[in-house]
Amino acid sequence: MNNPAIQEPPSSSGFRTTLRWPSPWSVAATLTALVVMTPILTVLGYLFHPGSGTWQHLADTVLGEYIRNSLLLMAGVAVGAGSIGITTAWLTSMYRFPGRRLFIWALLLPLAFPAYILAYTYTGMLEPAGPVQEWIRTTFDVGYGEYWFPEIRSIGGAMVMLSLVLYPYVYLLARAAFLEQSVCALEASRSLGCGPWRSFFSVALPLARPAIVVGLSLALMETLADFGTVDYFGVSTFTTGIFRTWYGLYDEVAAAQLAALLMLFVFTLILLERWSRRQARYHHTTNRYQALPEIRLGRVNAWLATTACLLPLLFGFLLPVAQLTLWAFQTWKQMVDEEFLTLAANSFTLAGSAALIALLVALLLGYGKRLQPSRWLQALVQVAGMGYAIPGMVIAIGVLIPFGWLDNTLDGWMRDRFGFSSGLLFSGTLFILLFAYLVRFLTVSLNTVEAGLGRIKPSMDEAAWSMGQGRITTLRRVHLPLMRGSLLTALLIVFVDVLKELPATLVLRPFNFNTLAVRAYELASDERLADASSAALTIVLVGIIPVILLSVTIAHSRPGHAKPA
Amino acid sequence: MQNQLEIHDLSIRLGGKSIVHQVSLTLRPGELSCLVGPSGCGKTTLLRTIAGFEQPSAGSVLLHGNRIADASHSTPPEKRGIGMVFQDLALFPHLTVAANIAFGMQGEPRPAVDQRIDELLRLVGMSAQRNCYPHQLSGGQQQRIALIRAMAPRPALLLLDEPFSSQDMERREQLVQEVRAILLEEGITAMLVTHDQHEAFAFADTIGVMSEGGLLQWDSAFNLYHRPLSRFVADFIGQGVLISARIVDGQTLQTELGKIRGELSQQLPPGSTAELLIRPDDIIHDDQSPVRARVVARLFRGASHLYTLELESGTRVLCLAPSHHNHRIGERIGIRLNLDHLVVFPC
Repeated sequence: MNNPAIQEPPSSSGFRTTLRWPSPWSVAATLTALVVMTPILTVLGYLFHPGSGTWQHLADTVLGEYIRNSLLLMAGVAVGAGSIGITTAWLTSMYRFPGRRLFIWALLLPLAFPAYILAYTYTGMLEPAGPVQEWIRTTFDVGYGEYWFPEIRSIGGAMVMLSLVLYPYVYLLARAAFLEQSVCALEASRSLGCGPWRSFFSVALPLARPAIVVGLSLALMETLADFGTVDYFGVSTFTTGIFRTWYGLYDEVAAAQLAALLMLFVFTLILLERWSRRQARYHHTTNRYQALPEIRLGRVNAWLATTACLLPLLFGFLLPVAQLTLWAFQTWKQMVDEEFLTLAANSFTLAGSAALIALLVALLLGYGKRLQPSRWLQALVQVAGMGYAIPGMVIAIGVLIPFGWLDNTLDGWMRDRFGFSSGLLFSGTLFILLFAYLVRFLTVSLNTVEAGLGRIKPSMDEAAWSMGQGRITTLRRVHLPLMRGSLLTALLIVFVDVLKELPATLVLRPFNFNTLAVRAYELASDERLADASSAALTIVLVGIIPVILLSVTIAHSRPGHAKPA
Repeated sequence: MQNQLEIHDLSIRLGGKSIVHQVSLTLRPGELSCLVGPSGCGKTTLLRTIAGFEQPSAGSVLLHGNRIADASHSTPPEKRGIGMVFQDLALFPHLTVAANIAFGMQGEPRPAVDQRIDELLRLVGMSAQRNCYPHQLSGGQQQRIALIRAMAPRPALLLLDEPFSSQDMERREQLVQEVRAILLEEGITAMLVTHDQHEAFAFADTIGVMSEGGLLQWDSAFNLYHRPLSRFVADFIGQGVLISARIVDGQTLQTELGKIRGELSQQLPPGSTAELLIRPDDIIHDDQSPVRARVVARLFRGASHLYTLELESGTRVLCLAPSHHNHRIGERIGIRLNLDHLVVFPC
C-alpha cells in the first residue's frame, strides 16, 4: 500500500516515449526472438510433413522401441532421482547428524558430472577386466563367467547413471520447499497427534509436492535429452534414433520427424508439470519463519542418516572422480599433449564465446521487454527462452535444416551469378554451432538477466531518465553495475553447460574441429576409457565451479535465518 | 513573466481507463505547489505525466512556453529537464552519496560538479556523508540526498512524489519545512504530491485538490480552508460538518443554532434550504448561550479539547474549546456560532 504508482494497472505505456512507434530496442528484441525461435518452429513444422518411406519403415520397426525405452528410462529416473532427492533433502533440512553441514552442499556435486562421463567411468570400473570384477575373482577365486554380475551397459544401468547425476535437481527444489514450510504447519500436525513419520507424509511432502514436481520434470527433461549415455549403453531412444537416421540413413525428413515427436514428449512433460502445479498452489499460512528445529537424532539413526546422504555422494561423485583421477595419472603422459591443449583451447573458446553471445542476446531481450512490456514481445521472449527444455539433438536438426537450405540457396545463386561456390557458409562453420548453443542455452542467461532486472525497481530507471540519461546510458550506468553478480553467474553457467554439451556439438562441429566432450566420446567409443579420463576430468572439474556458486547462493538465501543486510 | 509550467485541459488514460480528465493549472517561476487528494484520485498519474513517464490522451503540457507533451507527441523524460524525487527515493545502491548526486550532471566539468556537490551537501548539512553509501544513511538523510540529487542538475521543475510518506509524523513536518526552505533558497519551482493536507499546508503556496481524476480547486491554503468551492473540498480540507440552514435574505441564515448574519459564499434565493459549513473553531463554547448541546465524545489535544456535540435535532457538530474547559460526556453545554464568511451549498 505504499506505492500508488505501482498499484495502477500494469502501466502498458510506462516506458514508452511516444504512442506511435515502438522503440528500436523492442524492434531489435522482436527480430532476435524470431530468429532464435526458427529451429524450434522448423522441427515442429515437420509434424505436418507427409512421411517419407523411411518414416514408414521406422514406424514399423524401431519407433515402438524408442518410445518404450524412453518411457521406461523416464520412469526409472523418476523413481531413482526422486527417492534419492527427497530423502536427502528431508534429512538435511530436518535433522542433525554427523556431516550434515557438509552434505548440504556436497550433495549437489554430482551435478558437475555429465551423465555420459559417469557412464564411461562406471563401464571402465565394472567391465570384466575392470578393478571390481578383478577383485571378485581374486578374492573368491572364481573365473570369469562363474559368478553373477550385473551388466552396466543396459537400460537399468542407464537409469542408475542418470539418477545419480540428476537427483540434485530434486534435492535442490525439495530442500528449498521444506525450508520454506513454516514450522507451524509441522508443529500443528504434531500437536494434532501425528508422529514425525505421519507428519512427513501427510503435511511436509504434500506441501513440497509442487517443488518436487518441478525438480522431477527438470530431471526427466535431461533424461529425454541424454544422448551420450544411452548411445554408449546401446539403449535405443529418440536421441540415438535421430542420430542414426541422420547419419546412417541420410534421411533428413525422418530424422526431423523423430525430433518433432521427441519435442512432443518434452511439451507433454512441461504441460503435465504446469497442470500439476495449478492443481495445487499452496499459500503459506504464515510468514513467520522460524529456524527449523533440527531434531537431534539418536546414535543409530544418526549414522543411518549419514549413510543415506553419503551413498549418492559416493557413487555419484567421489568414486568416479577417484577412478578418473587414477586413470588420468596413468595416462596423462600420452594423452596431455599438444593436441589435448588444442582441444581444451577449442572448448574454452567456444564455451566462452557462446556464453558471451547468450548474455548479450539475453540483455537485448530482457531489456527490450522491460522498456516495452507488450504482450507480443513477452510471448516471443518466452518462446525464445524455451530452448533449454529442447534436447540438443533436436536443436541440432532444427538449425541444420534451415541453414543447410540457406547455404545451398546462396551457393546456387553465387554459382549462377558469379560462377564460384560460396560453400557451406553457415552450416559448415562454427557459426551454426554457436547459434545452436544460443538457442539451447539462452534460457539460462535470459532467466538470470530477467531476475536481475526484476530486482531493480522501475523507479531507478525513472530516476535516471529524469536526470537526463537515455536508455543505453541508464543500462550502462545503473542496470549493469547493479546486475554484475547475476551477469557473471549467467556467463559461468552457460560456459559450463556448453563445455558439457555433447550431441549438438557432435552433429554440428565443423570438419576436423574437436572439443573435450567430443574427444571423450570418441575415445570411449573406441573402448579407450582410461585415455578419455584427462578430457573427462577436465570437464568435471570445471563443472564443479557453478555447483559451488549455487551452494553459496543457497546458503545466503534461506528464509527463517537472519539475512546479512 | 512567463509561466514555468502550464497545463491545458489535460486528460490521461491508462490501460483503457480514464485516470485524469481535463486538468488545467499554471505555475509561476519559483512557486511551490502541491496536489492533494485521496489515494486513487489521479494525482500521481498527473505528476508522472508531467515528468514524461506517461503520455496524455488529450490536452497539453508546456514547460517554459515549450510544448513537451500532448496526445501525439511526448518529449522523453531525459530530455525534459524535470527533476523528480521518488516515493521510494530510488537512490542508486551501488553509488556513493557524491556519485548519486553527480549522476545527473554528466558532461559538466569535474570541478563544477564537485563544487555543486559540496554546495548541496552543505545546504542539507551532510558534508560528512559525502562518501557514504545509501544503506549507511538514516531514512531522513536518504530523503535529503534524494532531494538534492534531483536538484543538482538545476531542473526547470522539481516533482516530489510523496517522498515523506515513509517518515513518522513528527519528523515529517520538520522535514517538509526544511525542504521548503531549501527549495526557496535555490529558487526552484516544485510540485509535491501527497495525501496529507498538513504536509501540503506546510509545503506549498498553491494547493490543488483532486478527486476522481479532476482538479476541483487550485488555490491558497487559506482559501481552500475558508472558501472551499465544492462540498468535496469543504469536507476533505480540515474538519467540519454541514448543517442545514434556510436562506432568509442575501446576508442572513436561519439555523438550529440561531439566526446568523454574514457574507454568503454564493447567492441563493431567499426561502430555499442550503447547507452551511461549520468548522470546529466556528463554534464557541459559551456558558451564557441559550443554545445547548450534549457532549457525546471528547478528544484531549493538549492546548485544546475537541468536543463532538449533539444538537436537539440529533445533528452532530465539532467544537474546539480551550483545554481548561473540562466537560464530561453527557453534560449539556452552551454554545454559539462565530462566523462572518458563510460557506453555503444549495441542497
